[in-house]
Amino acid sequence: MIRDITLGQYYQGDSVIHRLDPRVKLVATIVYIISLFLYKNSPIVYVLGFAFLALCISLSKVPVRFILRGLKAIVILLLITALFNLLLTDGEIVFEIWKIHITKEGIENAVFIAIRLMLLIVGSSLMTLTTTPTQLTDGLEKLLRPLQKLHMPVHEVAMMMSIALRFIPILLEETDKIMKAQMARGADFESGNLIRKIKALVPLLVPLFISAFRRANDLAMAMEARCYQGGEGRTKMKPLIYRKRDAAAYLIVAAYLGIVIVAGKMLRIPLFI
Amino acid sequence: MSIILNHVNCVYGEGTNMEVHALKDINLVIPDGQFIGLIGHTGSGKSTLVQHLNGLIKATSGNVLFNGQDIYDKDFDSKMLRSKVGLVFQYPEHQLFEVDVFSDVCFGPKNLGLPRKEVEMRAYKALKMVGLEDEYFYQSPFSLSGGQKRRVAIAGVLAMEPEVLVLDEPTAGLDPKGRDEILDMVKKLQTETGITVLLVSHSMEDVAKYVDRIIVMNQGEILLDDTPKVVFKEYQKLEKVGLAAPAVVYIMAKCRENGLDVSTNVTSIDEAEEEILLALGRKDNL
Repeated sequence: MIRDITLGQYYQGDSVIHRLDPRVKLVATIVYIISLFLYKNSPIVYVLGFAFLALCISLSKVPVRFILRGLKAIVILLLITALFNLLLTDGEIVFEIWKIHITKEGIENAVFIAIRLMLLIVGSSLMTLTTTPTQLTDGLEKLLRPLQKLHMPVHEVAMMMSIALRFIPILLEETDKIMKAQMARGADFESGNLIRKIKALVPLLVPLFISAFRRANDLAMAMEARCYQGGEGRTKMKPLIYRKRDAAAYLIVAAYLGIVIVAGKMLRIPLFI
Repeated sequence: MSIILNHVNCVYGEGTNMEVHALKDINLVIPDGQFIGLIGHTGSGKSTLVQHLNGLIKATSGNVLFNGQDIYDKDFDSKMLRSKVGLVFQYPEHQLFEVDVFSDVCFGPKNLGLPRKEVEMRAYKALKMVGLEDEYFYQSPFSLSGGQKRRVAIAGVLAMEPEVLVLDEPTAGLDPKGRDEILDMVKKLQTETGITVLLVSHSMEDVAKYVDRIIVMNQGEILLDDTPKVVFKEYQKLEKVGLAAPAVVYIMAKCRENGLDVSTNVTSIDEAEEEILLALGRKDNL
């Protein structure tokens, strides 16, 4: 049950996408998200976005089934968003039942917002699927380096992020284990009304918090035992170096953004913001 | 009251590159009242196997029969199964959550929907069984020592009065004294109440003294399944999969190699001592 969550998971592989510098992937993801939100609803932008994503997925060799599994978790969010858009958009009424008006704009908005969200989630999960958490934080640290001039503790932030990411699977596994152990003692997490269900979580949450604190304590101890001092003067075993393929990837991403903008300009699609 | 595993297969992460075939075509009969040791190296599938016994993991294929009933049937009462097959996980002290020891042990029987009096009686009995003194009953479980916490956690499962007790590495991380105490307690419980016990371990030494039958697992398959004596005879096979027979078995084999006429058919130090003295006696008489 809990193992189905693919958020932040890494899919072992050796594709072009896997080998790209994490900075490229981070920037590409941000550019991709911007491209999705640049223009108001227009099929052509989504077609372009979809094509670009499909290209990346096929290059990454991550099974499509695996990526789509991550979408399962947000189905409810998607449905709610689409439903609100469907019901609450003013415009040309297509049909109405009692007090509910379904408008042409509403249907359009609902469909487009769903597509946009799906592309967004799949796009960003492709990044986490092809980048190890260590690479990801290294990349982020390098990208945020300029902020250090403004006295932002960039290394510490990156470290916190990498620890947080590292702990997601550990805590999920722990949750799974404790849940099973309490189920073996007859605990029931599924039936009953809301209050009963919340009460049933106590035997799960208390051990989970205790174990999280224990792990945090152990980790802090282990880091201190190895003289961790923070970012000052720290070197890397695998420093990030841009290669030719990274330059090529930047060009492709820029080209993609360019095409989207040109397409938008030519078709005179109004800007989203 | 028997458990039968029929061609059970279990695959984790099917269809991804992290696919693991944890159990491969397991066939097993666990009859009443046996004390069984389940041995295997880390990652051999022991823990996965025991979680099939009370339905916490559903087999990818094959079925599990409890008293002749398929536990995967739609109308099978899985809560009943979990009360009859008590499973103590690895490091069970990590599941403690209540404000005091006694209420934590009450959690299991309370979930069975028993009346309050019965719940408390069972909890008291279980705590006595694991040998915890009354003075600890109303302390926070988190203030106890590691060994005591483990006893409380085991009591939490015993209070459900299971007919089959499965212990997944109950002695991991305990000192030799704590280990012996827990295993002696389990053995005593088994002889007194006649329940079935399945003890998971990676140490032959631990289980040799207690069990009637040893199941050796390797890479998701059952390698050996017999009485300790027969299993230990295959010590070369055990070594191949990263396990070992108890030290006495090796000592006796060495003795025999060097011309002392002893039987290698021993599993405990006491037996070995007797056997060696006997052999020396025979020699003197010659």
